[in-house]
This record gives sequence, C-alpha cells and structure tokens, in this order.
Amino acid sequence: MTDFALKISSLEKIYASGVKALDGIDLEVKKGDFFALLGPNGAGKSSTIGIISSLVTKSSGRVKIFDIDIDEDFNEAKRKLGVVAQEINFSPFEKVEDIVITQAGFYGISASQAKPKTETTLKRLGLWEKRSEQARNLSGGLKRRLMIAKALIHDPELLILDEPTAGVDIELRRGMWNFISEINNQGTTIILTTHYLEEAEQLCKNIAIIDKGKIVENTSMKELLSKLDVQSFVLDLTQPLNNLPSIAGYTMTLSDPSTLVVAIEKDKSINVFFSELSKLGISVKSMRNESNRLEELFMEIVKSND
Amino acid sequence: MTRNKEILNSLITLTVREVRRFLRIWVQTLVPPAVTMSLYFVIFGSLIGPRIGEMNGLDYIQFMIPGLVMLSVITSSYANVVSSFFGVKFQRSIEELMISPMPNIVILTGFIIGGVARGVMVGIIVFLVSLFFYPDFTIVDPLLTISVLILTAILFSLMGFLNAIYADTFDDISVVPTFVLTPLIYLGGVFYSITILPEFWQKVSLANPMLYVVNTFRQGMLGVSDISVSFSLIMQVFFIILFGAFALHLLKKGTGIRQ
Repeated sequence: MTDFALKISSLEKIYASGVKALDGIDLEVKKGDFFALLGPNGAGKSSTIGIISSLVTKSSGRVKIFDIDIDEDFNEAKRKLGVVAQEINFSPFEKVEDIVITQAGFYGISASQAKPKTETTLKRLGLWEKRSEQARNLSGGLKRRLMIAKALIHDPELLILDEPTAGVDIELRRGMWNFISEINNQGTTIILTTHYLEEAEQLCKNIAIIDKGKIVENTSMKELLSKLDVQSFVLDLTQPLNNLPSIAGYTMTLSDPSTLVVAIEKDKSINVFFSELSKLGISVKSMRNESNRLEELFMEIVKSND
Repeated sequence: MTRNKEILNSLITLTVREVRRFLRIWVQTLVPPAVTMSLYFVIFGSLIGPRIGEMNGLDYIQFMIPGLVMLSVITSSYANVVSSFFGVKFQRSIEELMISPMPNIVILTGFIIGGVARGVMVGIIVFLVSLFFYPDFTIVDPLLTISVLILTAILFSLMGFLNAIYADTFDDISVVPTFVLTPLIYLGGVFYSITILPEFWQKVSLANPMLYVVNTFRQGMLGVSDISVSFSLIMQVFFIILFGAFALHLLKKGTGIRQ
C-alpha cells in the first residue's frame, strides 16, 4: 500500500510549438493531504494537471495515481480522480441534475444509483433548487459549484481543483472553502491551484511552487511561511502625523498622515516597536498585514528564479 | 459492480445523452428532412413524375422513394455525429469524457449509436411521409432494407465522427457535407437510373460510392438495382471496419482533442 496519492517523476512536456512547459518535475502528494500547486501564469500548473487528468499528453516521465502508473492502466487511475477544471466544461443546454447524473454514468454508475448521491451533493452545494434549470441560466458562482458537484459524484480519492474560485464573490468563495475542507477532513486528498494566495495559505498543509516548468519550492506551508524575512504591517493611527517618526531598526513610511507602514524583520519584536511608538506619543487604532504572507514569499521566490 | 457492467452503464449514459440531444432540438433535426422530402415528392413525384413516365419499369415516384430515404439517412446520421462531437469539443465538455475512465471504443460507439438513431428515425419519418404520396408502396426485402439502412447510418456516422475530430472551426464541419456529400448523393442515382446515362457517364458513376448505397437500398425496397448488391454490402462493411479502426486510432493518439 502506497502512502502517496500522487507521484510524479521527471515529467516533461514539450508542446508542438516547441514550448517546454515542464522541465522534468518531481512531485509527491501524500494521501489525505491538502496540497497547493502554485505558480505564475504559464509556469506549468495547467500542463501538470492536464497530464494527470489525461487532457494533455506527456512528452516523458512517469505519473502514478495511488500507485497506478497512468501508462499501464490510465482508466483505473482515472476512477480515483476527480477534476474541477479551470474552464466551465459542461453542456450549457442540459439541466443541472442531468449533467451530474450523466457524469456519474461516465464512471459506470447507473442513473438509478446516481440519483440519491446527486440529490445529496446538489443539496450540500446549494444547487438542489436549481436542479431542473438549464446550466446556462446559472450564475458564474453556481456554475463553479456545479463543476465541483460533477467532480465529486463518483467519490474520488484524489480531487484536483484548478482555480475553483476564480471569479467567485467572497461570500461564495468562503462557502466553497468550508465545503472543500470538509471533503478533505473526510479523507479525500486535494490538490489546489489558485491565484488567491490567501486561499492557499488558509487551506493547504503542503505546497509546491512551479515556475518556468520547474518546481522551485516544495515544502510544508508552515515551514515556507517561517522563511519570510520581513513582514510589512499597515497601522491606522488615532491622530494624523505631520512628519515620519524614526525608530532605530524599523523602516517606516507614511502612506498618508493617518496611515503608517512598517517593515519588521523576522528577528525583531513587534512589542518593542509598539513600546517605541508609545514613547513617541503615537497611538494605533488598528493594524493589518500589508499583503498576504504567502503572497510576499511567492513574489520573492518567483523573482529569485528570474 | 463488475467492470463490464460499468462499461455498459457508460455506454447507455452516452447513448441516452446523444439521443436526448437531437430529440431536444427535434425542430432542427427531425422536421426539416420531412418538409424537404415532402416538397420533392410533390414536385418531382406528383407534378413532374407522371410526365417522366417509368424508370426501371417502376412509377417515377416509386423509384425515387428509396433514394430520398437514403439521402435523408446519410445526411442526418453524418450531421448528427459531426455537429455533436464538434459541439462537445467546442464547449469543452469533451473533457468530461476524457477525464472519465470510459474506454475509447465506448466513446466512439456512443456517438455512432446517436448518429444511427437519428438517421434511422429520419429514414422512417421520410418513408412514412412518402406513403401519403404513394400509399401502395410495399417493401420487397425487409431484411436487406433494414440491413442497408443500419449499415449506411453507421458508415456515415463514422465519417461524421472523423470530420469532427479534424475540425477546428464551424466551417470545417460544413465543407464536407456541402461540397462532397451532397453532390455525390444527388449524382448517385437518387433521381435516376444510371442506365439512362451515356456509356461514359455510366462508367464515371460507378466510381461514386453513393451509387452503391442508394442502389442496394433500392434493391431491398423495390427489388431493382443498377449494381451488384453483394459487392456493395461487402464494401460497406469494409469501410465501416476501416473508418472505425481509424477513428479509434485517432482517439488513442488524441488527435484534435488532446494537446
């Protein structure tokens, strides 16, 4: 019995145009993991997912899904896989319920067997009321949820979510995060690609960053975040300032008289900084991170790979 | 559940989806052949037919019926598969099939059964319409008629599938039906027996594959044919095997569907 849901070794993809999208990547995703695969546009994320899900043909390398080599029995490997693709890929003219039941049928599940599961899944995703509507009449967010319902109908052991919340409003996005976390807690391994790094930071246990067809970082989320050397905080001040204050060891800027931005290095204390502010008679109303921590690291890693 | 049962469920699902698709748009898929063929029966059968007289010893309208049924079957089965498969490529719902564990032969068979179902359904509708204009029509050899009907629908469904695999644009799926199929069908003995042609054109006509399809069907329905029926049947089966194997090869290779 393998411990890995996915094992990729020396995977290469060279498109007919000559573009080398993947340059021999190695990747392992443990069973039950919630794994983030991040990278800038054109880095190779979609090619990787495309190869795993058979939408793209690999040039060389090996891919194993739950120890099943896709070169040996891809159909068996596909049974364990659910994919929420980046683009909407169902017929807009079919009814919501029919789309999910048909998808189950492609996995060998008869319509009578698929009906109860379809009802449960559509209810959990808030789509049951829309079951008799043509898919084209759904809003963008509901279409995304339908994509998830489709991918889950055969109870996959590995679920790949390729930017599942792109273009979805924050309320719906948070609802989807909860739903996906629940699925993961029930034992389904999840691989997520997203441009919302806050989403990845909040949900994922492990992370790989891909850039220019190579894995440039592959570690646990906790370990990666601990590498952050400097964090920037935005402080909303009670009273506006006319001049930029000076505190030794801390770099500050005033973005406006009432907003102070400070960069605090990893080995410096926030408490010390606040006591120094108090000594200067500056009081702070509220504080927040200037940008997402993962976002800062992501930018650093990608820049250093240039 | 056994693997075979799962495969059967997959095939039923795809077939039901394909049949549901053309039934949902029945005004576009089932009604137009009935209307067009009614016009042919009125104009060429009832109005002009009596002036033409007999063709191969039969009333002209009677001679024309198998040809027009075949014309409808060929165009409908081809159109069904080419538009449906290109449609799933265009809408990206092909990904639903590719991601699933369905074997390629099941995918191909599902689309072909969809094409055959529409072709046969349209053929029956056109035949029923023809009975309004020639109620005394009796089918001479029902077994041969049904065999040719199904073989032809399979053959042209496969051709539609191959067309859709290679098609990148909507133009690509209309070029073959407009510029290849339609002229070949019209010149393939739907409206006339090649015996009325000069000898040279008779020989040229023998190179037209539609002539064999139309005449074999006419043999089944009326008992008359310009060509050898057994040769025609063998060729149909040969091309079904050839095109079927080629379509499976393209699916395996991912031509037109996989990067």
